[in-house]
Amino acid sequence: MSDTAIVFDRVTKAFGTVRAVDAVSFSFPQGALVTLLGPSGCGKTTTLRLVAGLELPTEGTITIEGRDVTRLAAAERRIAMVFQSYALFPHMNVLENVAYGLVVNGARKAAAEADAQAMLKTLGLEGLGERLPSELSGGQQQRVAVARALVLRPKVLLFDEPLSNLDARLRRRVREDIRDLQKRLGLSVVYVTHDQQEALAVSDLVCVMRNGRIAQMGTPTELYEDPADAFIADFMGEANVVAGEVLGPGRIAIGGVALETRMRDHPAGRAELAVRPESITLLPGGEAGLPGRIQRAAFLGQTREYEVETAAGVLFVVTPAAATPFAEGEGVACRLERTIPLRS
Amino acid sequence: MGALSLARLALLCAALGLLLPWHGLEGGLSEATAWPGGAAAPLPALLLGGARWWLWPVLALLALAALPVLRGRAPGGTLTLAGAGILAWVFLMGEAIGLRGLEWPWLAPLLGAPPPQPALGWGALFVLVAAAGLFSAGIAARGAFRADAFIAFLVAGSALLLFLFVFAPLTTILTAAIYDGERFAPDVLAARLAAPEAWSLACLATHEGCGVVWNTLLLATLTATLSTAIGLFFALLAVRGGVRAAPVFRAMTILPLITPPFVVAMALIVLFGRTGIVTTFLWDWFDIPRSRWIYGLPGVLLAQVLAQAPIGFLLLDGALRAISPSLEEASATMGARRFTIFRTVTWPLLKPALAAAFLLGFVESLADFGNPLVLGGDFDVLSTRIFFAIAGARHDPGRAAALALLLLALTFGAFALQALWLGRRRYTTVTGKGDSGLPAPLPRGLKLGASLVVWPWMVFTALVYGIILVGGFVHDIGRGDMSFTWRHLVTAFEVEWQGGPALRGAAWDSLITTVEVAAIAAPITAGLGVLLAWLIARQDFRGRRLLEFMTMLSFAIPGTVVGVSYVMAFNVPPIELTGTALILILCFVFRNLPVGVRGGIAALAQIDKSLDEASATMGAGALDTLRRVVLPLMRPAIITALAFSFVHAMTAVSAVIFLVSARHNLATVYIVGRVEAGEMALAIAYSTVLIVIMLAVVLGIEKVVGRAQIGRRAGTSAARAAPATAPVRAGA
Repeated sequence: MSDTAIVFDRVTKAFGTVRAVDAVSFSFPQGALVTLLGPSGCGKTTTLRLVAGLELPTEGTITIEGRDVTRLAAAERRIAMVFQSYALFPHMNVLENVAYGLVVNGARKAAAEADAQAMLKTLGLEGLGERLPSELSGGQQQRVAVARALVLRPKVLLFDEPLSNLDARLRRRVREDIRDLQKRLGLSVVYVTHDQQEALAVSDLVCVMRNGRIAQMGTPTELYEDPADAFIADFMGEANVVAGEVLGPGRIAIGGVALETRMRDHPAGRAELAVRPESITLLPGGEAGLPGRIQRAAFLGQTREYEVETAAGVLFVVTPAAATPFAEGEGVACRLERTIPLRS
Repeated sequence: MGALSLARLALLCAALGLLLPWHGLEGGLSEATAWPGGAAAPLPALLLGGARWWLWPVLALLALAALPVLRGRAPGGTLTLAGAGILAWVFLMGEAIGLRGLEWPWLAPLLGAPPPQPALGWGALFVLVAAAGLFSAGIAARGAFRADAFIAFLVAGSALLLFLFVFAPLTTILTAAIYDGERFAPDVLAARLAAPEAWSLACLATHEGCGVVWNTLLLATLTATLSTAIGLFFALLAVRGGVRAAPVFRAMTILPLITPPFVVAMALIVLFGRTGIVTTFLWDWFDIPRSRWIYGLPGVLLAQVLAQAPIGFLLLDGALRAISPSLEEASATMGARRFTIFRTVTWPLLKPALAAAFLLGFVESLADFGNPLVLGGDFDVLSTRIFFAIAGARHDPGRAAALALLLLALTFGAFALQALWLGRRRYTTVTGKGDSGLPAPLPRGLKLGASLVVWPWMVFTALVYGIILVGGFVHDIGRGDMSFTWRHLVTAFEVEWQGGPALRGAAWDSLITTVEVAAIAAPITAGLGVLLAWLIARQDFRGRRLLEFMTMLSFAIPGTVVGVSYVMAFNVPPIELTGTALILILCFVFRNLPVGVRGGIAALAQIDKSLDEASATMGAGALDTLRRVVLPLMRPAIITALAFSFVHAMTAVSAVIFLVSARHNLATVYIVGRVEAGEMALAIAYSTVLIVIMLAVVLGIEKVVGRAQIGRRAGTSAARAAPATAPVRAGA
């Protein structure tokens, strides 16, 4: 057995002339939670369905736990999947739903139901076995779907946007539950989402996709702090992208003004620079920094948001609510705490 | 299911087939005693005896497939070749060598003068099923259908069935039309198609009748126009008129479903015939002379409109409800008055539904056979003319085939026109968000006009069905003798007790056959229909659209054409079925199949595909998923399809009138016979019994499934009635 969970080797999936997944190669480690992140239509769900065997690739090979599964149907892959809609069978009660996979794989009904009962307990669903899915809350349905997947002891567990049908309060708790469970059982998990915050919060590795290809793969910190290009910088959290010049280590020039900032090493010369809204500190006009004028100011409770007009263009700035407020029209100086030079 | 398991099952089936009599047993089971020789000989005995030497390749191909499979391998190419080879060979040889020996003279150098070969039997059936299994296993092993041999077998099997029982019979019509006896004669076909019998315009200038095509077109256009108009008035009044009678209107829509197509015609004769109730009344009181006006265009038209108007109402009622009131409110806020709103918003949005209702009326009128037969008089339409070309004094299959082609062309032409018209317009009035708001009330003039049509028509309908209700229980309703009697019911359904019940009544035979045939056909129709729906809606394979088209094809073919084509296709080997109950069952199954398929597809659209996928990711194969997830969820659709095909099988007349035999007669055909013999009261009594049985079935089912859409044979969404999906039953 190898220590990679899933390997894609130049996998392509074409629907007609559209290449939903275009010659994608990657290797996901065992026991890690990997998120596939990207805007809608980027190919992340198709990638997940290729792993599950719900789509078969047009070209390339797929390996799961060292076994070539490229031509195997979903039923033969020993993976489990939690669907966006949960896909609980409406005509079966919770216990029958959870026992379903065991039964169709040949387990005796009594043994299957005992296993299912135990799994329900693990997920805090004891006592709900006799209910129909329609009699459960959204969060409970989600946990039944997870129980149904886990009871098969799959090698790989797949999640397709598991939080999208939950309300905002519940999301954070459920996503933490999923992460805890994954760590406790040492599962290899692939998790599809379009929400970068969710991806940052739960993942060991994030795989950002765009137009059927992988744009960048790395740990959450790497992707946030060291995005490969403007698309990822913007997708992983808002970013002001400005044209500037790298003068040397920690020294840049924007709009003709030389500034000190923290940044990774980058050869001197012209470069595109990304600055996150929260890494800009606003100081009263006249102090050291990039001079500007407040164009618009908004108070959001926890934070304040500004649009600041500068020689390099309009910058979007977020400051803690506790910082000194500025009024529209006021002159300010922008100090760039952190700057990300983008690879061209 | 893996390819190897299917191949093994197929070989088992083939082994069984090699033990059973290869040819059909003409003399019934008594001939089976001759096994393994004589008429009941299985294939190996025939081969060894040298009587069927041309079938050796079948055994060779079976052996070719068996060798690797018995060693535990499933080589795709070999199995595909063996399966396809056996299928093609058996059918080709069956066509080439018939009851008179060699049928295809150009094969004489190769086959010499072989002995006659009768039709295929049980042994051949099992071997052919096995061949389909081998073929499916083969293509699955080569990666088709995601390597799922079970799906491959379902698709290949249903495609084969559809080909044999929908497509192939149609081609025999073409063959029959283009041959003059034994001679290939395209000129004869041209002459038949252009015959004055079809196209004459004599009625414009003289007292002679016009061509039968013109008659048919005139009748269909009038029926479609009138039934659409009446349906529209009903719908306007029900949805927008503030009338509380909507439930009554909807109850009325169930009537055409459970009424055999010619029953209305009988009631019309009783009312308006020469000695009819209304006629006599008018003569006695107003000196209006008795006449035979009801026999001909007016009578047939009236009968057809009575049957079609409720269906027009169903379509338009649905469409009218689907129009969001907010559109009309928007128009009102911009200052439009009631009539302007109706003219500029409501009416244009109704147009697709109006077109669908019109097409439905048109096509049903083209296909209708019972009413013109009973009421037509000298006014012939294509469907009756086809019947008399086969069953009349001048038996001329070539002429019947040519007329059938004309009828088929008219039907497809109507669908094509609709497709063309709909293709350019798409109105989506149903938006995602729930619309609220009040629909605009009808303009006053329109409401008055609608009421003037609707209420008299309701009275008329009630009168007609009242006649049917009473007619069986009075002495002679045809001559106005209204004294009560059980006489007719006794004639038809007398039961004598002689140490056990003895069915003496004249109608028992046909009634029992009808119920039996309908009860056998219904589950097959529903099962096959739902299975096909699942394949079409949920499986992705090449040729899926073609399979769907083949399924829907029999929807559009008028019943008379189906009847003629079955008689021509299944009267001679290799498949000889005429005179059996099996041909009736097959006819019902494939004529009602589209209803099951449509219902199944609609039901599947409500079942999220992720349920199938979830089942698959948990390790369930296609068979398990179908059995444990899909079928339980589709139960309402399955039961509806069951009821539907049962009821349709009980009321059908146009196709089966060609297929019944003395041993296997059907209720509807028996009733038509009574009408032609002038025994109107008996016919009406029998019809009442039929209606009661069907009403019991429909209401019983409705109770089981809740508010099922049994009455909605016309579907609800008129706007999407594209040709292939048009909810039309051509000819009951």
